[in-house]
This record gives sequence, C-alpha cells and structure tokens, in this order.
Amino acid sequence: MRTVQRTAGARVLRDVLALGAAMVAVGASFGAVAVAAGIPVWAILTMSAVLYAGGAQFMAVGLVAAGSPLAAVLAGLLLNARHLPFGLALGDSLGPRLRHRLLGSHLLTDEATAFTLAQPEGAARRRAFWLAGTLLFLAWNAGTLVGVLAGGAVGDPAALGLDAAFPAGLIALLLPSMRDRDTRHAALGGAALAVIATPLLPAGLPVLLALAGPAAIALRRRSTPPGGAGPDLPAPAGAGRTGEGAAC
Amino acid sequence: MLIVVILTLAAGTYGFRVAGVLLRDRLDLPEWARLLLPVGAAALLAALAATAAFTEAGRFAGWARPAGVLVGLLLAWRRAPFLLVVAGAAGTAAVLRLLGVP
Repeated sequence: MRTVQRTAGARVLRDVLALGAAMVAVGASFGAVAVAAGIPVWAILTMSAVLYAGGAQFMAVGLVAAGSPLAAVLAGLLLNARHLPFGLALGDSLGPRLRHRLLGSHLLTDEATAFTLAQPEGAARRRAFWLAGTLLFLAWNAGTLVGVLAGGAVGDPAALGLDAAFPAGLIALLLPSMRDRDTRHAALGGAALAVIATPLLPAGLPVLLALAGPAAIALRRRSTPPGGAGPDLPAPAGAGRTGEGAAC
Repeated sequence: MLIVVILTLAAGTYGFRVAGVLLRDRLDLPEWARLLLPVGAAALLAALAATAAFTEAGRFAGWARPAGVLVGLLLAWRRAPFLLVVAGAAGTAAVLRLLGVP
C-alpha cells in the first residue's frame, strides 16, 4: 500500500512541477509587464504574494496603469468570485484544523483545485492540495521576481505557447471525472455557455454561468421528496488519477 | 492609492477563498448536495479552460491557442503523461505562431 501511495504522490509532484514551470514563465511575464506599466517593484511583489491570482493581477495592472483603480478592484473581485464555490467543493481537503483552512485558503487557485479534485477523497486529496498549493505559490512568486529583475529581457509567454498549456493542463486533470454523466453534462454545458457569453459579459461572469447547470440539478432535487434519491445521483468529480486522462 | 487597490483586492479575494472553505463546515448539507459541489467545481474549471482556450480579452484568441489545446486534449484522451499534454499543447501553439498563425 505504501508503495502505491508513494507512486501516486510522486506522480502528483511530477505533474505539479510541469505546470509550475509554466507558471514561473507566466509569473515572469507578469513581473515584466507590471514594471513596463510603471508599477513600483514593491507593489508588484506584494501583489503576487498577497493577492496571488494571475488573471486579476494582469487585469489590475492594466486598469491601474489606465488610471481606473476602482475598476481594477471591482473587475478583479468579479473575476475571483469563483473561488468561493471552489472552496466549498474542496471542503476539508485543506486539513482538519482551522489554521490549515485559514492558511490553505490563500493557496487556493484554479490549478490547485483541479489537482486536488483529481485525487480520490481523503488523505490523497489533502496531500495533493498542499503540494500543488505550495509549489504553485512559490512558482508564481519566484516567476514574478525573475520578471521584475529581468524586465524587458523576459520573452512573451505566447511565443512559447504557454497560453495553450494552462487550459490543456486543466482539461487533462478534469478528463477522468467526465466518466460521470452529470459531471460531463455540467462541464460541457458550462464550457459552451461561458464561451458564448464571453463577448457579452464582463470577465468573470461567463465562467460563473457554468454553475447554472449544477444549480438547476440542485433545485430539481430540492423539490423532490426526501428518500427519492434517483439513479441520476451525481458521483464525485475526479475520482480518477492525476494526469492520466481516461476515455470519456 | 496603489496600496489600497492591492490590499482591497487581496482581502476580497481571500474572503471568497476562505468563505467557501469555512462555509463547508457550517453547512449541514444532505448527501446529494455534498456530491453536487465537485460537479459545480468541474463545471467552473471546464468553463475556465474553454474560455482560456478560445478567448482573450473578450474576443477570439486566434487559431494557434485552441489548436494547441486540442492537441493537449487528444494527448490526455490517449492517456499521455501530464507533462506531454502540457508540452504538446504549448509546442503546437508555439510552432503555429512561428508559422504565422495568429
């Protein structure tokens, strides 16, 4: 059993390092972009450490440089509202103690959530969360520092195709959970809805629309009498193994 | 001014993160609702992946990126190692851009 555990742990570590390397590069590009936008170095490093949300950081730098600090706050918060349902889904994967949850909450990102939910419930999930959470946090902050120091010498991450790496990584982590019918429908429906809504709604809202499917299931279940648990009870997402996509 | 923006954003973002985590303890959810939470997370992650694959600042991101993500999807489907999925997606997008595909 221990060997199996250790092998699974080693695989998660290897997979996190792969995404972490890409994160260093994107963090470096954030640092460089922020320096070029005239943001002071202390503010750039503080942002990566205390805000720790890539999308919101790029957005805030752009809006602050354009002279709209209020818009930067509102747009950033809208973009990050998705972390609340992520926290709900991760639940006790952060650890049994309050301090685990308070500290772990800061490390909660899209990627950490995907790595965690791709593991079977229990100790494996907890290990995956802390491994992904810690390493990705270090990667993002180290990358930011590199970008601040190197400035314009940092290349465009798009030239390396890194903008394609992150969605592909998320998909690989999600794929095993797609064997469950309800999860598959919710994911495909949510993805389609979000893409269609993206040109129409401010950033952050289209992604939240993806919750409409699961919310509809919840409402339907609430209105059915207790004990009537039907055959369409959804199985937990991501009971599969990290990084090994399964055929749908 | 800048420090206010950063700290407000940081506090609000941490608030979202910690609220979900702590709320989970407080809510006495029935089994079906507990099982629905990962489904919601999967839907959100899929929506994030799809919008990141196709769009940039509210517009179509160009063909190189979704083509790269598609290669990554196929590799994941064939149970390729995670590193290969990520590198395959990035490599495809990078080569396409080198060839002049936007």
